[in-house]
Amino acid sequence: MNELLQLGIAEIMESLRAREFSAEELTRAYLERIGETEARVHAYLSVLEDEAIGAARDADQKIGAGDDDSPLLGVPVAVKDLLCMKGTRTTCASRFLENFEAPYDATAVARLKDAGAVILGKLNMDEFAMGSSCEQSAFGPTHNPWNLKTIPGGSSGGSAAAVAARSCVVSLGSDTGGSIRQPAACCGVVGMKPTYGRISRYGLIAFASSLDQIGPFAKNVRDAAVLLGAVSGHDPRDSTSADEPVPDYTQNLEAGVRGLRIGIPEEYFIEGMDPEVDAAVQKAIAVFKEQGAEILEISLPHTEYALPVYYILAPAEASSNLARYDGVRYGVRKEGDSTFGSLFGMYAASRENGFGDEVKRRIMLGTYALSSGYYDAFYTKAQRVRTLISQDFKTAFDSVDVVLSATAPTPAFEIGERLDDPISMYLSDILTIPCNLAGLPGISQPCGFTSRGLPIGLQLVGKPFAEKTILQAAAAFESATAHHEALPPL
Amino acid sequence: MAYETVIGLEVHAQLNTESKIFCASSAAFGGGPNEHTCTVDLGLPGVLPVLNRQVIEYTLRLGLAVGAEIAPVCRFARKHYFYPDLPKGYQISQYEEPICVGGSVHFVTRDGRDVSINLTRIHMEEDAGKLIHGDELGDPNHSYSDLNRAGVPLLEIVSEPELRNPEDAESYMRKLRTLVRYLGVSDGNMQEGSLRCDANISLRPQGSEKFGEKVEIKNMNSFRHLRRALEYEEKRQREILDAGGVIEQETRLWDESGGVTRGMRSKEYAHDYRYFPDPDLVPLTVNAEWLDEVRAQLPELPDAKSRRFQEEFGLPRYDAEVLTAEKELAAYFDQVVEAAGKERAKAASNWVMGDVLRLLNERKIAIEECPVTPERLARMLSLIDDGTISGKIAKSVFDEMAESGGDPEVIVEEKGLRQITDTSAIESVAEDVIASNPEEVEAYRGGRTKLMGFFVGQAMKATGGKANPKALQEILREKLGS
Repeated sequence: MNELLQLGIAEIMESLRAREFSAEELTRAYLERIGETEARVHAYLSVLEDEAIGAARDADQKIGAGDDDSPLLGVPVAVKDLLCMKGTRTTCASRFLENFEAPYDATAVARLKDAGAVILGKLNMDEFAMGSSCEQSAFGPTHNPWNLKTIPGGSSGGSAAAVAARSCVVSLGSDTGGSIRQPAACCGVVGMKPTYGRISRYGLIAFASSLDQIGPFAKNVRDAAVLLGAVSGHDPRDSTSADEPVPDYTQNLEAGVRGLRIGIPEEYFIEGMDPEVDAAVQKAIAVFKEQGAEILEISLPHTEYALPVYYILAPAEASSNLARYDGVRYGVRKEGDSTFGSLFGMYAASRENGFGDEVKRRIMLGTYALSSGYYDAFYTKAQRVRTLISQDFKTAFDSVDVVLSATAPTPAFEIGERLDDPISMYLSDILTIPCNLAGLPGISQPCGFTSRGLPIGLQLVGKPFAEKTILQAAAAFESATAHHEALPPL
Repeated sequence: MAYETVIGLEVHAQLNTESKIFCASSAAFGGGPNEHTCTVDLGLPGVLPVLNRQVIEYTLRLGLAVGAEIAPVCRFARKHYFYPDLPKGYQISQYEEPICVGGSVHFVTRDGRDVSINLTRIHMEEDAGKLIHGDELGDPNHSYSDLNRAGVPLLEIVSEPELRNPEDAESYMRKLRTLVRYLGVSDGNMQEGSLRCDANISLRPQGSEKFGEKVEIKNMNSFRHLRRALEYEEKRQREILDAGGVIEQETRLWDESGGVTRGMRSKEYAHDYRYFPDPDLVPLTVNAEWLDEVRAQLPELPDAKSRRFQEEFGLPRYDAEVLTAEKELAAYFDQVVEAAGKERAKAASNWVMGDVLRLLNERKIAIEECPVTPERLARMLSLIDDGTISGKIAKSVFDEMAESGGDPEVIVEEKGLRQITDTSAIESVAEDVIASNPEEVEAYRGGRTKLMGFFVGQAMKATGGKANPKALQEILREKLGS
């Protein structure tokens, strides 16, 4: 592998400024890498070769002119294909939007561009971010670079696999119930879901608005911190984006964990958890202890309700968010049977043809949960329990700074293994969902490998807007271990 | 059987903000198809709504004006249905937590009754676009959607079912129009659809507490049609009930040309709108300071103005209500009185309600465009009072002012309209009239005193209407009496 592909953001920036190589050379190295790996991995839905070369040349010009302060200047990145990017196809991995060309940039994409990043392309995902395996993509699954027969996790499977395969430096994904952290765990990379509201959702094609959050993937904690800083901050176009100052996440990253209080929730060590995952997490706990962290047993008593609550609220919001895909203005339009009039026939046929099974399943679940007569029993009750789950964390954070657990109960499973069993698929997110329901920041980082060589993820969850605390803790673990240095056998 | 009619109105008022409720697109009426649209109101993937602060301010104005309770925290909700004029597949509205609860609207009926109707709520929502069908444009087998109106801010104003007849419903609606126009939040134009109304109407036996089955009527595009539709429906329901039938709960459309309501859809096919709080919009908080700020900027409201006109100017209630129905008319009147003095308020009212309104009607102009300025009208009133011109001559002075826009004093001089107050001149005219009408003089002296009008008329004719009528009458009476 070209050694340029191993460099982190800081090293890239330093080398570019020192003229050791140009942004264009670096970008070409990545485009070449994409050419080598894509046939096997299929992380990308579209590769923006011309745009990337153009952006790289712009970066080179800026560097030549000494205008080189932008935090991602000349850095090749890629974004999940649910972030709108002007003039490019944004498909959400759905047939419905197969030919949808976004006429505007998502705020996160605009911020990447402002930061000088070179956007290589758009990454695969489960359709409309609904799935935990990337198998629900209408354009074929992404394969896990560590074992091509297994899933890369999901829904941001392409974002995780591309970083693991070194076919981009860093990437953006989105996390509604674990869609960043679980694939990060499956692919042995760092993935972070920031606090709800940290990064603007404007231009992120919505799955479940009250849960969706954009976040970074990287091969190390520092790169994740740089990317997070570049795209965070208040956006007047998103009423739910937080008006909180954005700290320099890379500053003091090596502060260590001495005195940090880490809570281990008993409810997160569930029956059915893979013993190798359990063992790796226990080892990680020991590492933190050695580093001077204080380990405390805690309880998050409403954890068992998180999954059912999520599978009411997320589909309810999805059924509403996806109502705009009606075939009238963009996307798939099919003439249908006119039993209920030609208009409703068109709606039905367009949605029938445009959406995949999992999307339809969730639209039906959500429509049911919001129906008159069922609304209170489902939606209202789920909202109440959501409050209790948030309250669990609030109470826990009175005595601890960080909550530690496995990211997913099992390592990546085989492609096809759970496709016919939605419930077992949903269980992949059992440890990540509570963090979304509570709106908290969470990070997943590699903490070991199974005997079959599949990565295992460690999850750290922090208080609202305490991204820095969990980044520091993750950096401390990373510096004491070497899991993040391993390369997939591609 | 004697029935009592029960009517409740749901009024939609389009707010005249510059931009739409959740994006920066123009909210102006008209424009080429889809010219006033952007990524947000087109409902493109990934876009988010951001609430327009002006919409909240306008809503607070109306809420305070009707004495509603303003919720310290309110929320937006999504109302779902599929239709090509609704780009997101849901309308952003308010449901369980509206911004205004309660309040009331007061009006005076033509026969002078004071009526006060309680409001259930006022809430904010976005308008939908409109469909243009192919027979109007393009391919007759297609329909076209124009989303210029999609996202234009609306207030939904819901009354309690307290209206008891179609005429009151019309008066209520007119008063709402007056209010939104006073507050400057809507142009209240029913023809252009910036004020729309759905009515719920039912009948119940006189004295009964229980409401009858109600019917919703839509598509009434003027005050007159609102009243006609309700009158029709009242009669239709009475006939069904009298014949022993039952009223079916349904939605009916007013057919303007046929003058009838027609069934549209019955409630069994009612939509399930699947309302839930919109997660893209944070709850809206209105604090006391903000409310105070809005309250401080409220204009004098029509009821207060009407009271002031009655109390300070001694106007009859009817005059006060007519003059305050439009803020601009009331302002005009206020300026006339300001210039002419309170003692001339009733005279001013007569002129404004009479000649000024007639002039506006004839020329189809707004009061702001009236060629007779309040100052000139006031000066004309002074000319009448100081005897320079008579009330009758004043009519021609007014018409001349309307025509040329000149000053009344100049018109009087140029046209030689100055009243003849010189008694010797009047006396000689009176003598001429008496001399040339001996028969009438005799009849008058014989007791037919009504003939005084005849003599006055003859004398006026002879002076070109310029004789001071009071002096003329006195002189005639004196000379005829002898």
